[in-house]
Amino acid sequence: MKAGSNLEKVLTSGKFAVTGELGPPKGADVSVIERKANLLKGNVDAVNVTDNQTAIVRMSSIAVGAILQRMGIEATMQMVCRDRNRIAMQSDIFGAYALGLRNILCLSGDHQKFGNQPTAKNVFDLDSIQLIQTVKLMRDEHKVLGGDEIEGAPAMFIGAAENPFADPFEYRVIRLAKKVAAGVDFIQTQCIYDMAKFERFMQMVCDRGLHEKVHILAGVTPLKSVGMARYMKEKVAGMEVPEEIIARMKSAGKEKAREEGLNICAEQIQRLRQIEGVHGIHLMAIEWEDAVHGIVERAGLLPRPEVN
Amino acid sequence: MIIAEGKPIKDILAMIDDYDKIIVAGCKGCVTVCSAGGQKEVEILSSALRLARQTQGRPLQIKEVTLERQCDTEYLEPMREYADQYQAILSLACGAGIQFVAEKFRKQPVLPGVNTQFIGVTEEQGVWTERCQSCGNCLLHQTGGICPVTRCSKSLFNGPCGGSKAGKCEIDPQVDCGWQLIYERLKELGLLAKLEIVLPIKDWSTSRDGGPRKCIREDLKI
Repeated sequence: MKAGSNLEKVLTSGKFAVTGELGPPKGADVSVIERKANLLKGNVDAVNVTDNQTAIVRMSSIAVGAILQRMGIEATMQMVCRDRNRIAMQSDIFGAYALGLRNILCLSGDHQKFGNQPTAKNVFDLDSIQLIQTVKLMRDEHKVLGGDEIEGAPAMFIGAAENPFADPFEYRVIRLAKKVAAGVDFIQTQCIYDMAKFERFMQMVCDRGLHEKVHILAGVTPLKSVGMARYMKEKVAGMEVPEEIIARMKSAGKEKAREEGLNICAEQIQRLRQIEGVHGIHLMAIEWEDAVHGIVERAGLLPRPEVN
Repeated sequence: MIIAEGKPIKDILAMIDDYDKIIVAGCKGCVTVCSAGGQKEVEILSSALRLARQTQGRPLQIKEVTLERQCDTEYLEPMREYADQYQAILSLACGAGIQFVAEKFRKQPVLPGVNTQFIGVTEEQGVWTERCQSCGNCLLHQTGGICPVTRCSKSLFNGPCGGSKAGKCEIDPQVDCGWQLIYERLKELGLLAKLEIVLPIKDWSTSRDGGPRKCIREDLKI
């Protein structure tokens, strides 16, 4: 065991993992976190806590992660390279570990142009792959960048994201291989709607033998409405939603749209489970946390395993 | 070259509001090439300023001059002959030139007439784009001659990130994804294997992060 987190235990025992996601509040209100967290508890193996996603100021991912840990829910802290230099990042990783966090997801971060602080200065001292290397150095070699020994290594289970739908398509697998070479333990993908394209991606992953070196969790997001499907297709960077999905959401009509969204999601999970190299799903029910229990149950993934 | 762009006239008028005798100083270097601060721009701007102040009933006297360069002491010297007769110097040189004038001429305020933008190229007539952030440690040999520090919106060394779509950057569909350009170039050259290597964490101490920089060439010093 590298970190001994629940997520690591589930994945290394060969069980099909389920992770969830929680977006911190745009303020200091803890009750929002507790409400969302209770909807996820028992339905997932770990919960990603986003780090100022889309560059909108929110409560810190480490603080929210610590609150989840206190509630008995395992957190995966997301850390983006946009806002902190290597000094702050390494310091925050020590602090996060001290607060009980055991999983970290290393990300570049959305450009601040999208958020509510578009006039900010960005950092990007490290990129996401270099952040993976840094966390691994701290964990395995007990050193910070530059070589100084550290007092107490932060044993983190190291994750990263991959968007199989970004371009250039044929380079995505090479970039994934770079993340593996940098020392990543698990990958969570961007939400997948175009199953055929994702299957092609996973074939390339398996051809390179990467599926044996890293745990890949396929991203899924249930659709609430045809409007959301169109928004994802047109507005979200690096997202592909096939026409067939949009047509299904449209023909469901307003009243049954959510039900159809859940059906599509459950079908996607079934199909994803058949793909070689997919070791779990990352379920991002954005502002729809009460759907998580139903989706995981429908997919036959309850109860979540207890691995010691 | 260094690309600059003229400041809005209303900003300049506000800057010179307290004065009625100024020098408008152009530069024959980069700002002439990018049509921001050469002789032509000195003439146009001076006419506009005079006209604006005329209509306000507060005439403005301007000495128009375009120096060979503003970033070299010897080319600034000729201005000494008349500088003291003026209350302020409005420089249309890049930020380096403006500051050098301010260092050498201590008796009057030196004001910026342009916004210095970047080190770039003339892509086509009237269109300039950025190419270099002067990080002080060039790695273009590793990236197909395309700079990720400058051309990637996040200055990633191991891109492209998940926001690259159809060759464009997530920040704007008009902006090329720098890493897509690097990928295509290395593919053209048959050097895609270079992209399999993780580029190491950058030493930013050679960049502005190391503090104000200085370049000393002992072989050239007198």
